[in-house]
Amino acid sequence: MGVCTGTAMTEASIPHFPRLVDHLVARLPTLPLDLALRRFITSLTERHPSLFSRLDDQARKTFLIDPTDVSIAFLLRPDPALPRLEAVKRAPDGTIVAARDARIAGPLAALVGMVHGALDGDALFFSRDIVIEGDTEAVLALRNAVDDSEIDLADEVAAITGPASKFVAEIFRRAAPVAERMTGVTLTRAGGTTA
Amino acid sequence: MNMVAEIFRPELVCPAGTPAALRTAVEAGADAVYCGFRDETNARNFPGLNFSPAELTESIRFAHDHGAKVLVAINTFPRAGAETLWHDAVARAEGAGADAVILADLGLVAHATVKHPKLRRHLSVQAAASNPDVIRFWAATFDIKRVVLPRVLTVPEIAAINLEISCETEVFVFGGLCVMAEGRCSLSSHATGKSPNMNGVCSPPSHVLYREEGDDLVAELGGWTIDRTPKGVPAPYPTLCKGRFSAGGYSGHVFEDPVSLDAAQLIPPLIEAGVTAFKIEGRQRSRAYTQAVVGAFRKAIDDHVAGRPIASDMTKRLAEGQTTTAGAYKKTWR
Repeated sequence: MGVCTGTAMTEASIPHFPRLVDHLVARLPTLPLDLALRRFITSLTERHPSLFSRLDDQARKTFLIDPTDVSIAFLLRPDPALPRLEAVKRAPDGTIVAARDARIAGPLAALVGMVHGALDGDALFFSRDIVIEGDTEAVLALRNAVDDSEIDLADEVAAITGPASKFVAEIFRRAAPVAERMTGVTLTRAGGTTA
Repeated sequence: MNMVAEIFRPELVCPAGTPAALRTAVEAGADAVYCGFRDETNARNFPGLNFSPAELTESIRFAHDHGAKVLVAINTFPRAGAETLWHDAVARAEGAGADAVILADLGLVAHATVKHPKLRRHLSVQAAASNPDVIRFWAATFDIKRVVLPRVLTVPEIAAINLEISCETEVFVFGGLCVMAEGRCSLSSHATGKSPNMNGVCSPPSHVLYREEGDDLVAELGGWTIDRTPKGVPAPYPTLCKGRFSAGGYSGHVFEDPVSLDAAQLIPPLIEAGVTAFKIEGRQRSRAYTQAVVGAFRKAIDDHVAGRPIASDMTKRLAEGQTTTAGAYKKTWR
């Protein structure tokens, strides 16, 4: 068989979060964001129960979702009985200080691309675009459960806007193609597979 | 008068670890999808993966509505005293409307033959049936309709086998490679106590730990460091066979390089060799992988059947080690 001596082919198409925007993000207070994240994870639990049942025992683990090109990360505990999602600010040295069972780290666009089924987690791992640390079993369970759930983050964000959800979803749907072309990020669910 | 002989169109058999991946595979052009139950009866027993009986029933209905078959892999070896789990899996697959079951264990095949005679039986690659004598035994004794050949044969060897047997053959055309005889490897057991043959997991994730040390990615399996990947080098799966070790004055991949099989360019000779079905490995992969690889091989087969050339390097980015090989099909070593 061939000898593997090559360098890792990173996903050239994965854009990095704009630094200027990140400077603004770093200055935002986390409280309003945490309130929105709380509504988001509660809504997600109601809308995608199979995601949480597929996690089984791993639902009680704490995951650090670490977009390495953004000044904040996210702590996720996908326990359907008491789901938790909160923002954590990055320390000046770039580290995230937070107790967790596992860490999934990579550019925000790579993490979003995985959620939307546009990028393959194993390929991102081979290319070293993402790094996982800690409880590998929990990470795999989360990756597989999210992949099966066919989540569309735009739809999920629209869902927490209550009575305006249909209107907001329509705005996202119209804006997504342009925004995707401008940012290079897969902002909506890839493919058209629905049960 | 049409002088062009019609080219046989092989069946494209694709992986699905979840119902969403199954739907993706079907919509990307799979002729058949293989999958397993969410337990140790199949060789991809990973957390968050596989199908409940209800999900399988619904998924089979979806596949059949779209003209695709579903093959259920029940291809681990039952533990003595716990055979009921495997027997129930065969019954559940038949009840769900599966088009075939993929089995490896002699006792389980015998059970399925007697108890579920109308359920089509395929022999898993895990049974390591690699010569005409043993394949004829399986076909004659248990009416095995198709044998999945181990990834150790050259194309001429496959052609020679097909001349001597009456059942169909299926070969892998893309995905992970094992250096060991399939169904016989216990390397994972040495480090973790669990193996793909008995527990459905090679390097179970519960025993895998990654950490970054400087620029290196360090992989541990069962407490032993089995790999240290420098910055800029593709990371492999954390299996012992693809770990880096020092032995006999050599440091590196002493067993096997982390590469994936890609036999897209061998589609024409494999069809000529009498192969009925082409299989893509990767039930543990995401639906992004399924979409890309199934779509690429659907196009490759259709292009060949239509007399067009087959594109190369369609899916290298998705391969382990980001390197592909034709494996034993073009063997230059022994």
